[in-house]
Amino acid sequence: MRTLAVARGVAWRTLHNVFTNPSLFVPSIVFPLFFFVAFAGGLSHVQDVPGFNYSQGYTAFQFVFVLLQSAAFGGVFTGFGIARDFESGFARRLLLAAPSRTGILLGYSVAALLRWLVTATVLTTVALAAGMNVGGSGVDLFGLYALALIVNAAALLWAAGVAMRLRTMQAGPIMQFPVFLVLFFAPVYVPLALLSGWIHAIATVNPLTRVLEAGRGFLAGSPTEVAAAFGAALALAAAFSFWALRGLRKAEVAG
Amino acid sequence: MNVLADQVFLLARRSVVRTIRQPANVVAPLVFPMMLLAVNSGGLKAETHLPGFPTSSFFAFALAVPFIQGALFATMNAGTDLARDIQTGFLSRLSLTPMRGIALLGGQLGGVLTLGVVQAVVYLTVGLIVGVRLATGPLGVVVLFLFAMLVTLGFGALGAFAALRTGSGEAVQSLFPAFFVFLFLSSMNIPRNLISTTWFRDVATLNPVSYLIECVRSLIIVGWDTEALVLGFGVATVIAVVALALANWALRVRMART
Amino acid sequence: MSDYAIEATELVREFKNGPRAVDSIDLGVAPGEIYGFLGPNGAGKSTTVHMLTTLLPPTSGSARVAGYDVVSEGSHVRAAIGAALQEAALDPLLTGREHLRLQASLQALPRSERKQRADELLTRVGLTHAADRKVRGYSGGMKRRLDLAMALVHNPTVLFLDEPTTGLDIQSRSALWEEVARLAREDKVTVFLTTQYLEEADVLADRVGIIDHGHIVAEGTPAELKAQVGRPTVEAIPADPEDADRVAEILARFGDPCGSTKGVAVRLRAGEADLVDVVRALDSAAIKVENLQLHQPSLDDVFLAKTGRSLEGSDDDGDDDQGAPARGELAAEPA
Repeated sequence: MRTLAVARGVAWRTLHNVFTNPSLFVPSIVFPLFFFVAFAGGLSHVQDVPGFNYSQGYTAFQFVFVLLQSAAFGGVFTGFGIARDFESGFARRLLLAAPSRTGILLGYSVAALLRWLVTATVLTTVALAAGMNVGGSGVDLFGLYALALIVNAAALLWAAGVAMRLRTMQAGPIMQFPVFLVLFFAPVYVPLALLSGWIHAIATVNPLTRVLEAGRGFLAGSPTEVAAAFGAALALAAAFSFWALRGLRKAEVAG
Repeated sequence: MNVLADQVFLLARRSVVRTIRQPANVVAPLVFPMMLLAVNSGGLKAETHLPGFPTSSFFAFALAVPFIQGALFATMNAGTDLARDIQTGFLSRLSLTPMRGIALLGGQLGGVLTLGVVQAVVYLTVGLIVGVRLATGPLGVVVLFLFAMLVTLGFGALGAFAALRTGSGEAVQSLFPAFFVFLFLSSMNIPRNLISTTWFRDVATLNPVSYLIECVRSLIIVGWDTEALVLGFGVATVIAVVALALANWALRVRMART
Repeated sequence: MSDYAIEATELVREFKNGPRAVDSIDLGVAPGEIYGFLGPNGAGKSTTVHMLTTLLPPTSGSARVAGYDVVSEGSHVRAAIGAALQEAALDPLLTGREHLRLQASLQALPRSERKQRADELLTRVGLTHAADRKVRGYSGGMKRRLDLAMALVHNPTVLFLDEPTTGLDIQSRSALWEEVARLAREDKVTVFLTTQYLEEADVLADRVGIIDHGHIVAEGTPAELKAQVGRPTVEAIPADPEDADRVAEILARFGDPCGSTKGVAVRLRAGEADLVDVVRALDSAAIKVENLQLHQPSLDDVFLAKTGRSLEGSDDDGDDDQGAPARGELAAEPA
């Protein structure tokens, strides 16, 4: 009960900060929309490349990537907030006051999740208004958004671990850069089968590739590699949970 | 004239020293564009199979982009350094010397241009190592460098204008997303004639950054394309002239000495 | 030609939509003098300094510094003055030595002299050991000393110091005072020093001008100003509290009673000269005294007398100078 109470408090405060502060809130909505427009709009001719056989069209193809990207960076942005809290001293106050410190981490996770749900809603609405084809059923779409949620949690836990270890806003690039690499060393613009060379090799072993391909499968109504995708996403989330909890302990010890 | 040149040199040297002492300001303009180039050229290689794609090497096609992206970083560097001078009061200190205002601007931009040369050398070297050969040959390299410097000058002046007008590093940083938008809504990743989404093609056609990229691209993969060169140099010159005029005006207001 | 190193006549500065930050001040500072410009936050001190150093044009009135008009001969004024303004204006990424060499270069010192001048100033302000360290690693006191050194690179005849010791510890403050006093005494530099610290003005300044709401409300040597407002008080704390009445009776012969929380106090009619007689009188009455103190009027008493407010704790606005542009903002157009 104490854990939940702490989580609720931390989540409320984080969300309040974000939604009452346009400079925090607006970019997390605008940037995914912008990427969606730039990729789906600018690169739509890529669907004419021989071998590109995604049934729902390029808009839907890119929507899945941008959705996952927004989920990942949504987690990272919340990690920025954690770093800011440490830098300002507010996190120390939380550590002193909260009866359950795991609740603090849970609270940040919930905040990241809820924050991302707003972004996902706006993004989905815009994509549908732009004429995106959806081939999947309700269950399939649930699978897509569930995958995205897990990615959001994994990214938040990664960023939280970094923030709690470094406890400064200058940790921002360290949080962002690996996430950027993982996202872009995946089949962003074309399916995996159309990649070649070193990028194909990297994308093949990149866990996000499984998630991306499964997500595109869900949207098309022909789920593929579902177990591998959920397995990869959950494994990342679990590993970063451990990473974040260890980071929390380090932050406690540092005082 | 000697005095002015001296002052510009001193302040340019200071600008370079300061940048070198902030490793992130040196590494980011080199690493980030190269990384994006690697990712995009790997991910979009298949685009070369599209009918009408101008080259079989997507890397050669995309190599033009870092030269323009590097200019974006020049904006940030010039702007945040100047903003810091204003916020710390260092600009007031400089105002009390015989230093001419134009020397401050010249020095700041001189420093940015110096780093721009380093960036251009790195980008070109990476391209040559990967196997890209400029269709315009050695003379094309010279023209490429001149163009890259002109673009860096214009963007650097924009950053300086933002700093002088607002006195705030945060305001300068907030330009980054705006420039990012201009970069992405261009012919950065696909030739304009192959953009099938009409509104996107129209936006890219109106976007001056498209002409900057296409000018560099023409030197790399096409050869001596007069239209691309005229448009590219024309747009870059207009940006530079307007930005320098704005920066100069903002400087005179900011350094209001009697 | 004026005999003053700094002269202001009906100097005014108004900001758009704001009050008059400086409202028709007249002042004159003799060559080699240390002039203390004392006032609370928002009084107009920094705005005055900005006008005298050519960084802000006056709305009306005139001023001459080192014999040059601040408006029409700005470049000559700048060549003759050094200034250390309200914050130590330094580049955190440059070293102390690099700062001085840059300043020397911009001041057009001959190339052959720049290194030597930098070394000399570093020694003078005690920063030789930190000369090659980046300024972001300097303490507040070190930054202030470097700031002062930079203001002296070109051997100015007039030095402006805008609240130079704000935020410094006692040792750093004393060291800076010593250097300022030496500059005036040995190098005959005219020093215009703004401060909100009474002690600083009292200790350093040959003459003090007290400014409030843009007006100079009092001007003179510290002693003259204090003498204008009052006589010293003597406070006696008897060893035996039961003697308080007797002490009061004796002290009443020498002056008028005034408040004291611990003992008995009177304002001496004849000033300090009466102190000896007070001691003799107490001794003759065989009264043992635990503590006997003479309190001189302070500049705060002067400010209180002139404005009805105490200078210490008097804080009009958060920023110095009402209506003046904050650092980093464009200067507003003059009204």
